[in-house]
Formats: sequence, C-alpha cells, structure tokens
Amino acid sequence: MTATASWHHRLAERGVDRRLWLLLPATIFVLLLFVYPFLYGLSLSFQPLNGGGLLANYEKFFGDAYQRDTIVTTLKIALPAALLNVLAAVPIAFRMRGRFRGKRLLTTLLVVPITLGTVLTAQGLLNYLGPTGWFNRVLLSLHLIEDPVRLTNNYWGVFFSLVITGFPFAFLLVLSYLSGIDPTLERAAATLGASRAQRFRRITLPLLAPGLATTFLLTFVLAFSVFPSAVLVGNPAGSTRVISLAAYQAAYEQYDYAYASAIAMIMGAVELVVVVIVLLWRSRLYTGSTGGKG
Amino acid sequence: MSNRSIRATPTAWFIWAAVVFFFVNLAGVVGSVLVSSFGQKWFDTWVPSGFTTQWYGDAWREFGLLQVISVTLLASGLVVALSVLVGAPAAYVLARQNFPGKRLVYLTFLLPILMPPITYGIPLATVLYKFGFAGHLSGVVLANLVPSVPFVILTMTPFIEQVDPRIESAARMLGANTRAVFLKILAPLLVPGLLASAILVLVRTVGMFELTFLTAGPDSQTLVVALYYSMSAAGIRAQQSVDAMAVMYTAMMLVLLVVALRFVNPTQLVARVKEEPPE
Repeated sequence: MTATASWHHRLAERGVDRRLWLLLPATIFVLLLFVYPFLYGLSLSFQPLNGGGLLANYEKFFGDAYQRDTIVTTLKIALPAALLNVLAAVPIAFRMRGRFRGKRLLTTLLVVPITLGTVLTAQGLLNYLGPTGWFNRVLLSLHLIEDPVRLTNNYWGVFFSLVITGFPFAFLLVLSYLSGIDPTLERAAATLGASRAQRFRRITLPLLAPGLATTFLLTFVLAFSVFPSAVLVGNPAGSTRVISLAAYQAAYEQYDYAYASAIAMIMGAVELVVVVIVLLWRSRLYTGSTGGKG
Repeated sequence: MSNRSIRATPTAWFIWAAVVFFFVNLAGVVGSVLVSSFGQKWFDTWVPSGFTTQWYGDAWREFGLLQVISVTLLASGLVVALSVLVGAPAAYVLARQNFPGKRLVYLTFLLPILMPPITYGIPLATVLYKFGFAGHLSGVVLANLVPSVPFVILTMTPFIEQVDPRIESAARMLGANTRAVFLKILAPLLVPGLLASAILVLVRTVGMFELTFLTAGPDSQTLVVALYYSMSAAGIRAQQSVDAMAVMYTAMMLVLLVVALRFVNPTQLVARVKEEPPE
C-alpha cells in the first residue's frame, strides 16, 4: 500500500496524475482520425493497385512528366504568392501598428476576404477580371490597353485568388507580431541617434523576423493546398495543374486510392521540405523576448 | 508620435495607395457577384440591362438550398459541439500541467492545422469510405473534426492560462470536488474563450471546402461544396443563379462573421491576442 502511494506521489511530482485523463478523448480522436488514416494512406501507397514493386506508385508519379511537373507548378504558384503576401504585409502593418481612428474597421474589413473562401473568390474573379468584367472595362475606357487583358483561366487567376485570401491573413498575423514588439526599444534607439531606416533594420526587423518566418509558413501551407481556385479560375489542364488536383483525380476519377495516397504523401513531403528549410533559417534568428507583453 | 502620421511621406502615400487598390479590387470581386445575382442579362455592358430577384428563387429551387443549408448548419453545429467537448479538456491539461512527452502530444495536436487539408484528407476519406462513414453526414462531421479539435485547443489555451490557478486551489480547499471546480469555477470564467473558439470553428467549418468535398455524398453537401459543383458544371444553369447562391453563401458567412467579431478580436482569428500596450 505504501509502495503504490509513493509511486503515485512520485508520478504526480512529474506531472502525471489523474487530470491527464482529460487528455484521453482528444488523444484517441487524433490517433483515430489523423494518425491512423495517415499511416493507412502511407502503407496503402506501397500497395499498388495494378501490382508492381513496393515503390511502383512513386515510380509512376515521377516517371510521368505530366504528373511530376505538378510539383513545380504548385511551387511556382504557392511560393511567389506566399512571399508577396508576407512582404506586402510588412510595410502596411508597420504603418498601421499605432492607434488610429478606424483601425478596428480596417482590420474587420480585412477579415472579410478570409471568410469569403476560395470558391466565392473564384466566382468573383471570373466576373470581375473576365474579358468583359469591370477591371478590363476600366482599363479599356482609360485607353491603357487596346484589348482585354486575359487574367482568368490561367496562372494569374489563381495567383490573384491566393493574394485575396492570403494577404489579409498574413497582414493580421504580422500586425499581431509587430504589436508584440515593445515600442520603447525603438524609442531608445531613436534617442541614441538611429535614423528611421536604421531603427527598422537593426531593431524591428530582427525582432520581427521569426514571426515573419511563421507567417510565411502558414500562408505557404494555405497556398500550397490550392485546389478549388486552381480548377475554377485557373487552367486545370495546363498551367495550373497543381498537385492536389493530381491527387484528387487519382482518387475520384480513376478510383486508385493507392496512387492517390502516394501523391498525397509526395505532396506532404514537398511541403515538409519547404517548412524545414524555413524553420532551419528561422532557428538561426534571434528568438528571445520581444520585450512586449506577448 | 502623432505628427508623424500626419506628415505623409511618399512611402506612406504608396502604402495607402496599395491598400486602397486592394480594397477597390476586393469590392469589385464581391460587387460583381452581387450585381450579377440581381441582373437580368449582363453581356458586355457596365451594368446588367435590368434588375430582378428571380435568380434567388431559381437558385433556391434548382439547387435544393433548403436541404443544403440545413445540412450545413447541422454539420457545423455538430462539429462545434464535439470539438469543444473534446478539445477544451485537452486544452486545460496542456495549459496547466507539465508532464513527460508534453511537447510530442502538443505537436501531434497541432499537425492537422499545419498540414494542407488535401494531404491528410485523401487518406482520411479512404479510411472513412472503408468503414462506411463517408458519403453521409457522419463522414463530413468526422472529417471536419480533424482540424477543428486542434483549433479549439489552440484558441482555448491562452484563455485558460489567464485564469489564476489559485482560484481553483481555493475552491478545492473549501471542499469542492473536481466536478464542482469545473462546473462552478472554470466554466463560467471560460465562457468568453468557449464562445470565441466555438464561433471560430463554426466559421471555419462552414467555409471548409476540401474536407467536406472529399467526404460528402449527394445528400450531405454543405453550401460551399454545392456552390463548387454548380460552378464547375457551368453552362447547365444560368450564371446568375450560381451568383445568387454565392451571395447567399456570403451573406451567411457575413452574419457569422458579425457575430464572431462581437466576441473575438480580428487578429485573434489568425493568432493569439496581443493587445497593444496603451501609449
């Protein structure tokens, strides 16, 4: 009896006590609905539908240029879109971090595109940027262009849809990171004679950089899984045939779940490579306190 | 500090111009859908030739929107209830306690948010089909729980950290058992956090396309999936009735958003709250 009591006591000292049971539902849930399907998909991807070796599905993907190129296509859309969203968010957030009238309204307005979702954005872009849409009409009546610019059903349609949904997200994140930096640090630098450019480059930017890396990652993940807009405003047979589309077609048009799982695994791996590169770069940055309350 | 913002430098002008340009185009995107949904015929002119509300009735009947919207609300409601029930206790433990393997547990809970939905959605849909869940409402709910539970954990944790643990200890000293501590002490204090995470999960689930798309059957489509199908089958139905459906979807999202913003700070939709220090 005393043995078990001290055993309980020692576990409790390390934080293992009955309260941990509260974790149980969430753990079961994540194991059943996330870890198990993932492992199932992984093992399924090594069991090709039409026979062949263990890696037949992967060989099929990388052997076929039409499939293999989806990786490059996806990265070509996702990387510039994520980069633009983050880089554009920095100066705008920097200017808006103070208090001013209408800030709440502005941030509220910026949340709207996040809730629109890709499907509605696609529909709007088709109407607005199409050959007879308002955008082309304005440019035509200003005599800036002779013929309507083609901005939908190609690369740019998808790119714009990613900017519309991704930029507000990036902006709000950067703004919250910037608000976490203690403004007195910058004022101290100003007292010591640092110019505005120096203050930004030597004080704000190094403190902000880890946050920027995180923001980039989250926007990249959003952009990387672009699916509805690639079909609706893109050119799904050619320039915007992204990897998620290839996975979808394998699963729901050819009913080859093994091959689809293999593509999903490749997709996850490619994404992971980018994430690891950014995280490695991030780990070399200053990650201490930003001086604020955050 | 204040006269800096009044004296506008060229960079400031450029930045404000970029913001205005973004919003003008955003208004164009949303506005063109709105105008088109009320228009009679719209080819090659600035505005439609006449205005009508018939498309809303058409869309309502053609797409069976009553059923679609009730499925959307039912699925989202179930996802919200289940994810809060599962996520909130886990958030409590993760916020309060250190235990061996905590980092691993935390990482596993966060992974579903960090991965693109399609990556785990396809294996998940395969498993759900195997066990006969997919194609029904249950499959849609189960699939949508995967990102929602971690999201509840993530948004609840800071709220729980704000509650002083001494309040709990005091209640225990006065003889309250665990159940009483939860129901009488923690639950009332955590109402704002619970509301915030519930409403955020609601907004995300109504807007979630990929997972619902992969697991929904013909009679378990949510509004956003039905919208996608009607768009990708363009040409069969009038463009305007698709637009009308898109407007209804937006209206629903906006209502949710207005409700959400009563409880949540906008920056909290994407990150933890960091109220700026008053200057």
